Amino acid sequence: MYETKYHKASSVADAVSLIGKSDDGKLLSGGQTLVPTMKARLAAPSDLVDVSGIADMHGVSISGSTVTIGAATTHADVAGNADLQAKCGGVACLAAGIGDPAVRHKGTIGGSIANNDPAADYPAAMLALGATIKTNAREIAADDFFVGMFETALEDDEVIVSVSFDAPAKAAYAKFPNPASRYAMVGVFAAQTADGARVAVTGAGSDGVYRQSDMEAALDGDWSPDVLSGVQVGSEGLLSDIHGDATYRANLVKVMARRAVAGCA
Amino acid sequence: MTEVSMTVNGKAVKADVPDNTLLVQYIREHLRLTGTHVGCDTSQCGACVVHVDGKAMKSCTMLAAAADGAEVTTIEGIADNDLHPMQTAFKENHGLQCGFCTPGMIMTATDMVKRYQADGLELTEDAIRHELEGNICRCTGYHNIVKAIADGASKMTSA
Ligand SMILES: Cc1cc2nc3c(=O)[nH]c(=O)nc-3n(C[C@H](O)[C@H](O)[C@H](O)COP(=O)(O)OP(=O)(O)OC[C@H]3O[C@@H](n4cnc5c(N)ncnc54)[C@H](O)[C@@H]3O)c2cc1C
Ligand code: FES
Ligand code: FES
Repeated sequence: MYETKYHKASSVADAVSLIGKSDDGKLLSGGQTLVPTMKARLAAPSDLVDVSGIADMHGVSISGSTVTIGAATTHADVAGNADLQAKCGGVACLAAGIGDPAVRHKGTIGGSIANNDPAADYPAAMLALGATIKTNAREIAADDFFVGMFETALEDDEVIVSVSFDAPAKAAYAKFPNPASRYAMVGVFAAQTADGARVAVTGAGSDGVYRQSDMEAALDGDWSPDVLSGVQVGSEGLLSDIHGDATYRANLVKVMARRAVAGCA
Repeated sequence: MTEVSMTVNGKAVKADVPDNTLLVQYIREHLRLTGTHVGCDTSQCGACVVHVDGKAMKSCTMLAAAADGAEVTTIEGIADNDLHPMQTAFKENHGLQCGFCTPGMIMTATDMVKRYQADGLELTEDAIRHELEGNICRCTGYHNIVKAIADGASKMTSA
């Protein structure tokens, strides 16, 4: 790992100021993506601004139908939150399936969505739930936030503070994990929201997470796994790599979507 | 350089370390506690698992500076005197061959047992296998590790 300077931020304002003053700094949350990347010398930030200790960025809160999750909340804390399990079990269940126990004790939702790995789980939930991503400067709709592979609408030095969404009537996530890495080969989050059915796919798209709008239209007519049998999923725009080609992933999209809808509570 | 102080296995320790020092480097190279292993450079093998403030974490995937103020337990710190019940269970069930993965397996095992007990959940064989997702063993084929953890869990309850 190249040299770096570590800073522990005490508040969101402190983090914004520290990152602003740094030469080529990066925010550090759970470090479960950034630290391995730095160990591999694929990233060499001059400074690391650790946001994991900022109290305002922790925890799950539910007010009426609105669920808010602090950006520095770990996957384990999301998975184990009893109120969230009751309000939107799909998200808790998704968090419980990320990586392994040690990764879940450290990795955070903010780090996951900021990174926007094309095979990460949370982006699918955020997009399907029509979540709002709140930063130190503004609020960004999930539809505008996930721009492309490892790309988001975040400006340099912008800090995600929390995400929030309206609890859906039904939601579930189904993931076909890569047997070695546990990241999604394909993951589908299906939600019945106030704005109708929303279906988001991770792991498959060569531009990262995306919405499968023809499935949404079909589910608006009839919320059932069987209605998805009639929806064609083409392989254009899907990833091909050593783990599976685009045709294989296209089929998985369909299978995972059926499982997600069938698993909806 | 950053000054870090933490409690490791109940003992207060303090050192000036370069900011890019990983927690595992600090534990092995500064404190000379070499029971915690490094088996990969991709955060995938779990040989380096320690407990930080009571939770299993990969010490190869966090900075020593980030553990400032924390309470860290390594494999050297789990037994009161002879062997921890989980260590006894690994020994009795032939839960290891070369032993390289074992410290991480045991730290992961004691963490999962504590969590399941706290939540009042049954630690079934399936649950053990699922919880071992982040620990790789190149020797045993896992069956005896799973048996050892089930046995260790009941030994921990009766202990
Ligand atoms: C073995 C292993 C298995 C894994 N399996 C999975 C899996 O199955 N599914 C999955 O989805 N993920 C998986 N992950 C990734 C894991 O979920 C990470 O926790 C996550 O991708 C990044 O979160 P983090 O908190 O660790 O972020 P960090 O690594 O600290 O940061 C990641 C990026 O986000 C930026 N960032 C962090 N916080 C903020 C913020 N508040 N505002 C703006 N930018 C920020 C950082 O600057 C950095 O660029 C795995 C990781 C490992 C090591
Ligand atoms: S050395 Fe930490 S996961 Fe392999
Ligand atoms: S006993 Fe050799 S790696 Fe597990």
